[in-house]
Amino acid sequence: MFEGPIQDLIDELSRLPGIGPKSAQRLAFYIVKAPAEDARRLSEALVAAKDKVRFCTECFAVSEGDRCRICRDPGRDPTVICVVEESKDQAAIEKAGVIKGRYHVLGGAISPLEGIGPDDLRVQELLDRVQRDGVQEVILATNPNLEGNATAMFVAALLRPSGVRVTRLASGLPVGGDLEYADEVTLGQALEGRREM
Amino acid sequence: MPLYKEQGIVLRAIKLGESDKIVSILTQGSGKIRAVAKGIRRTNSKFGARLEPLTHVSLLLYQGRNLDTVTQAEIISPFRSIRADFELIAAAETMLEAADKVAEEHERNVRLFLLLLSGLRALDERPLDPEAVAESYLLKLLSLSGFHPSFSACAVCGTPGPHEWFSAGQGGIVCQADAEHDAGRVAEPAVRWLDGLARADLMAAGDMTPELQTRREARAMLFGFVEYHLERRIRSFALLAR
Ligand SMILES: [Zn+2]
Ligand SMILES: [Zn+2]
Repeated sequence: MFEGPIQDLIDELSRLPGIGPKSAQRLAFYIVKAPAEDARRLSEALVAAKDKVRFCTECFAVSEGDRCRICRDPGRDPTVICVVEESKDQAAIEKAGVIKGRYHVLGGAISPLEGIGPDDLRVQELLDRVQRDGVQEVILATNPNLEGNATAMFVAALLRPSGVRVTRLASGLPVGGDLEYADEVTLGQALEGRREM
Repeated sequence: MPLYKEQGIVLRAIKLGESDKIVSILTQGSGKIRAVAKGIRRTNSKFGARLEPLTHVSLLLYQGRNLDTVTQAEIISPFRSIRADFELIAAAETMLEAADKVAEEHERNVRLFLLLLSGLRALDERPLDPEAVAESYLLKLLSLSGFHPSFSACAVCGTPGPHEWFSAGQGGIVCQADAEHDAGRVAEPAVRWLDGLARADLMAAGDMTPELQTRREARAMLFGFVEYHLERRIRSFALLAR
């Protein structure tokens, strides 16, 4: 334990995800030893990010304005929605350049062990959008792990009555990998998701 | 012995740094262990799906000072059917979470490992009532931990039932004379249902399904009993009860 401002800084830093008390201490001392200018820039960036970055009222992606760039773009098909867990997943998919529609950020995945239940995600907002915008297809692009799959199944079940087409991101072999190193779950899914050539 | 072999069931995985995870594994011979899986979040990781929660794996681990490191993993069973069904996942998550709460790190508990393994195997057979399998598992877990609830006789004086009162603190059903202020009234069908689940084989526990009212009452009794005696909240109960 230290005294005064340095301990306050350590406490604040250790509240960040993935930062343990040891890392928080290291970061705090780094910041304190760094030039005053660096510390000022960091604190300004923090405040500016908190002030200016908001969440799109439509899709809940991080956005500079009320609605994000994609939701404002009339060229993006509003009848196709790609559902992701976090904004950073949207950014990754956007880089692939395949989705011509829009996005919906759930804000996480169902994970009882981490205390995240279905009610903590923006599922109702998705159902509302599907109703309102005459959506034709919902692409479930949650992570291909236990939590992401459970979330996809949960959302798909809720969408079923609306009659909308629901698709799931294919999972299988990583491009550029060797088949012989694939585990049986990955290989099994790749086989189940095979297609005509 | 810096390198060692184990088999176990992956309970949970939490992100660490840029691309690693810490996986929590209930092993057959070493109790609960926590180990780092390096690079596992990259799509080209050699681990692939081998260390996903709810996987029975054989492992080669490197013993570290604080945390061990997984060097190799092979799937023994991926419980494929469970993964394909939300209801089965919810039941399985309840089992994993409860096992996680009971298991002690590096404290060998073969019976706990085998109980979890047979619970997951039962779920993987797609039982009619997955929730009943999870409930039966919880009752067995309680017995294993020394908190076997009494359903057939008063937990205090031993007078054979049926009795109309149930108290988690007193250890099960209690007679009118022994019921303390925290005891609640219970209907006989719910008590009988739980008694049946406590005795049932896990493979058979999911063959029958109770009436909704019985289920609600039984669930309230059981969940209360589990949280009282394990002294922990089980978050998966919310998912199971949907
Ligand atoms: Zn948007
Ligand atoms: Zn009595």
